[in-house]
Amino acid sequence: MKARRWLGRNAIRIYAVVAFAYLFVPVAYTLAFSFNDSGKSNISWKGFTLDKWKNPCGAPDVCPALANSLKIGVLATLVATVLGTMIAFALARHRFRGRTATNLTIFLPMATPEVVLGASLLALFLNLGVNLGFGTIVIAHVMFCISFVVVTVKARIAGLDPRLEQAAMDLYADEWQTFRRITLPLVAPGIAAGALLAFSLSFDDFIITNFNSGAENTFPKFVWVSSLRGIPAQANVIASAMFFIALLSVLFGQAVTSRKKQKG
Amino acid sequence: MSAAQGIGIGERQTLEDPQHDRGSTAPSQPGRRRLTPYLLLLPGMAWLTIFFIVPLVTLLSTSTQTRPDGAEIGVYTQTWRFANYTDTLDEYLTVFGRSFFYALIATVLALAISYPLAYAIAFKSGRWRNLLLVLVVAPFFVSFLLRTIAWKQILADQAWVADALRTVHLLGPDGRIINTAPAVVIGITYNFLPFMILPIYASLERVDPRLMEAAGDLYASALTTLRKVTIPLSLPGVVAGTLLTFIPAAGDYINSALLGNRDTTMVGNVIDSRFLRVVDYPTAAVLSVSLMLSILLLVAIYIRRSGTEELV
Repeated sequence: MKARRWLGRNAIRIYAVVAFAYLFVPVAYTLAFSFNDSGKSNISWKGFTLDKWKNPCGAPDVCPALANSLKIGVLATLVATVLGTMIAFALARHRFRGRTATNLTIFLPMATPEVVLGASLLALFLNLGVNLGFGTIVIAHVMFCISFVVVTVKARIAGLDPRLEQAAMDLYADEWQTFRRITLPLVAPGIAAGALLAFSLSFDDFIITNFNSGAENTFPKFVWVSSLRGIPAQANVIASAMFFIALLSVLFGQAVTSRKKQKG
Repeated sequence: MSAAQGIGIGERQTLEDPQHDRGSTAPSQPGRRRLTPYLLLLPGMAWLTIFFIVPLVTLLSTSTQTRPDGAEIGVYTQTWRFANYTDTLDEYLTVFGRSFFYALIATVLALAISYPLAYAIAFKSGRWRNLLLVLVVAPFFVSFLLRTIAWKQILADQAWVADALRTVHLLGPDGRIINTAPAVVIGITYNFLPFMILPIYASLERVDPRLMEAAGDLYASALTTLRKVTIPLSLPGVVAGTLLTFIPAAGDYINSALLGNRDTTMVGNVIDSRFLRVVDYPTAAVLSVSLMLSILLLVAIYIRRSGTEELV
């Protein structure tokens, strides 16, 4: 009886634990197989080794592909964040004609399946006779990242207390000073979130990249190509390392914000 | 991820406009003020116009092209052959139906997994809430392709899942999970989970717990409270989450390629192979245009019916 009541009260918590287990099983597999003492193919378990972690660039093409992905990610994030933040400010702070059309143009890329985005951009490049490569990948990534930056930054601007800026103006700050010293610092977390989102979208994108990359290699493309003949465990090492870096930086960011809140 | 939240929250169209109000106090430069939004919009919108809108138009134009007799592979000219649409859709109607069917099941499954989880995080997690939210997103720090390949290993014939199912006779002695339709649906469901969890969480978090207490005070059972108070109030999040899951799911081809077989082909697979391998651009274009239009149509109907038009 007691046990049943406990179960009833905690059913939702038990469900949450099961759901989290489901979320993390594939991650656990990826991590575990980074320690696999495998040869060319990394599908079945052959025994534990640290060799792959000691030598993450040991498999051919892994590290050049990774470096390419990082370069593309940084470049696309920079451009998309600047362009997207500008649009977000225009939408949140100004009245202008063509607002609906702008909102629609921002929304549509997010509502379009990636295959269609990739295929249509390739159709354009083919018609214009553009050589596919690093440049076309960056162009494509900026294109699909802008909307996500706009939405993220706009939500942050909408959440600002307008009285803070009014106070600055009352204290004789001019428009530029108000923007520089009050608005921008307050919106910065939103911009940072948008940039992080853009980077992770760019870094992990395969479908659109595959259409517009030509012979250029990226990390996801490397994984895809080698999945046909066996993925080297080094790919798992790099993915696991990225996972821990991302997780730790998010946790660190949260710790800093909550400490600030406590102090404030 | 916060984009998902942003959409879930929706946009306050009637936003106060302090800059605008202040504009009236600075009549010295009204021309510049009116230009500012356009200058801010110009580079980004130009980028989206050239690399998103124009390509869509190119795609539309490609979809009615044909290959002239005796031309090389990959050479097509515009002949306004609209029969391309009927021909292609005739051939790929089942593939289309299958894509939407898989996407629908995956969306329903994702909703069933996500709602209780989002509910638990919003109301039952106490001081662990932020950590749990990070944990929801964390699996997606691992590359999308590698996660799908992990599912390939998990669902493999010799792996423990298939073994366990065979032991309890849910699976025949020669039964398999990998390379079947259920495997594809499992993979799709998993891949877009945070897009479902986060919007639902964002709208649950804004539900005032006192409303639920009030329902309880008025003798509503826990189930009635959930049905009459909590779920209706979280509906915008559910709508946003289902859209953010369904749209990429319907166009996905990675799961079908890695976890499926020849009979689980989705529209995405066909577009990919027609475009990149067969070099049959018109067919790929017809399929892309049809996929996009049918998704937009479904989204429009769904948003209209669920009464959350402020979403867009």
